[in-house]
Amino acid sequence: MKKHILIILLAIFPATSFAAGVGVHLDAAPIDINDKDSIKRGAKNFVDYCFSCHSAKFMRFNRIAKDTGMDEDELREMMIFTRDKKGEATKTGDLMTVAMTDEYAKSAFGTAVPDLTLTARARGADWLYTYLRTFYVDENRPTGMNNLAFPDVAMPNVLMNLQGVNKAVYADDGHGGNKIEGLEKIQPGSMTTEEFDAFTADLVNFMVYLAEPVQAERRSMGWKVLLFLAIFFVFAYLLKKEYWKDVH
Amino acid sequence: MGKLLGWVDDRFPLMKMWNEHLAEYYTPKNFNFWYFFGSLALLVLVIQIVSGIFLTMHYKPDGAAAFASVEYIMRDVPYGWLIRYIHSTGATAFFIVVYLHMFRGLMYGSYKKPRELIWLFGMFIYLALMAEAFMGYLLPWGQMSYWGAQVIISLFSAIPVIGDDLTLWIRGDFVISDATLNRFFALHVVALPFVIVFLVIAHILALHEVGSNNPDGVEIKKNKDSKGIPLDGIPFHPYYTVKDIAGVAVFLFFFSVVLFYFPAGGGYFLEHANFIASDPLKTPAHIAPVWYFTPFYAILRAVPDKLMGVGAMGAAIVVLFFLPWIDRCKVKSIRYRSVVYKVNLIVFAVTFVVLGWLAMQPVTDTITNLSRLFTLLYFAFFVVLFVTSKNEQTKPVPDRVTS
Repeated sequence: MKKHILIILLAIFPATSFAAGVGVHLDAAPIDINDKDSIKRGAKNFVDYCFSCHSAKFMRFNRIAKDTGMDEDELREMMIFTRDKKGEATKTGDLMTVAMTDEYAKSAFGTAVPDLTLTARARGADWLYTYLRTFYVDENRPTGMNNLAFPDVAMPNVLMNLQGVNKAVYADDGHGGNKIEGLEKIQPGSMTTEEFDAFTADLVNFMVYLAEPVQAERRSMGWKVLLFLAIFFVFAYLLKKEYWKDVH
Repeated sequence: MGKLLGWVDDRFPLMKMWNEHLAEYYTPKNFNFWYFFGSLALLVLVIQIVSGIFLTMHYKPDGAAAFASVEYIMRDVPYGWLIRYIHSTGATAFFIVVYLHMFRGLMYGSYKKPRELIWLFGMFIYLALMAEAFMGYLLPWGQMSYWGAQVIISLFSAIPVIGDDLTLWIRGDFVISDATLNRFFALHVVALPFVIVFLVIAHILALHEVGSNNPDGVEIKKNKDSKGIPLDGIPFHPYYTVKDIAGVAVFLFFFSVVLFYFPAGGGYFLEHANFIASDPLKTPAHIAPVWYFTPFYAILRAVPDKLMGVGAMGAAIVVLFFLPWIDRCKVKSIRYRSVVYKVNLIVFAVTFVVLGWLAMQPVTDTITNLSRLFTLLYFAFFVVLFVTSKNEQTKPVPDRVTS
């Protein structure tokens, strides 16, 4: 029986790998989805630095309030500064859309700005954490910046004032070319590296939450269901034994 | 209560059906672990139909609204996330259970005379299930939904002469579009479930007509008592109903572990790229079908020529239909068959899993070569079986079932 279960488990979960697409080393994002304060800080970071261009159009503002324990006023003060199409203040139950159109984005950045609701599920937390921290100076790019996790990305480094400016450190790749060995700070930002890492971790934590707001509830419901099934199994097994007593 | 039952029975064969299929359906008493998966497949079918009905209430089969409606279900519909994960986990569970159920048939020769039709009905269920899963996967309208369908439907264009017109007819457009989504929705929620339910009924009726096989491959109907009841048989109800309920508890436990803790299955059940809305202008770097199709996809990729590849993939499925006649050994159960058969079957099972893994890897020369090797091994199973089964060195089969 044990062997059977093992076979089934191996069939379900072969060695998992995350298809990030590029061969860059990803830093593990130090996030905790149960840390509501971190999610709250991350939401603030998101609204301040991402939400001008990027929408989170499948998410409602007040869902964040509900899940992190904020009241309406707190929510408004922290993240709702806009007006809706009628000119009234955006409702707390509205979806998190932005005013920027795809047409405008294409003229400004050469590409539409992706919605970020599900990015953490599509790319993974580690990818996001690495991406946001690995911009470096590259004069061949229109924004003057390139990125280790997302080569030739169209997005400028909006966190530059916080992080400072990095340049790439090259090393011989053994085939007569150069490869990027690491990044080196050439101009400090308003935050130390530790502060910036924590800032980014909060942001990624929020984005992981944003991609699947129900995950805390899902996990907490999960163990109750499993406990019920375990107890149910005991009774079902005893019932089976009782019925099968006379089968020889 | 008894009076009501009598009233119904005068007008409808309720008790007759109850007895024929449950209370007086005599089942071999020696069923083992592998015999849970038939009733579990039925359970998963019910789970999929019920959860599917609730999803249909909120989902919008519209190219402009489909992706958002899935996120609406995940966020705004009360317990919508639960229903959605039940349905997506159910798809994976369905194939796991069905593959184990089919493997059971291979191990104990359940497809052999007089059960050939049960096997054929089962194979048609499997085909319908693949179509059902494929069309269902388009509905979330993510990148992998879109491009997976694009790749698979374009396979039909390999068919000479009519290929291009056929793909156009299937899609209803020159690319996968709103038209495709709408027709796949119709087929997924109406047409194919009907077909599957009908086939399942036929599968079970055929089974109850001839009686169940068992791990010894012994016909229990050969030894009956004075009342005509098989000596090694026990009524399905209550014996196997209570046993299956315990099996259901174990199954639901594993089901719930995935549902509540790994709903995306590490990208194998819900692929990462499917969290990006479909975009006809951006092809994902790496298109892989969902895990349950991968063994056949590996065979498709292994063959250099597109038409031949499609042919090989089709043949890999079609050949399974002919198993009852490819396997010419009279002995049913693996317990009394030769070492050759045992090794052959193990190699086949491993091959199936390895092919599935290969299809998920990005194409490299090594992967392609391995895919070719294992494609050959896949078909070799049937050739070796056909050749060796005629005069196989078998062990004596007991008259009665062993415990």
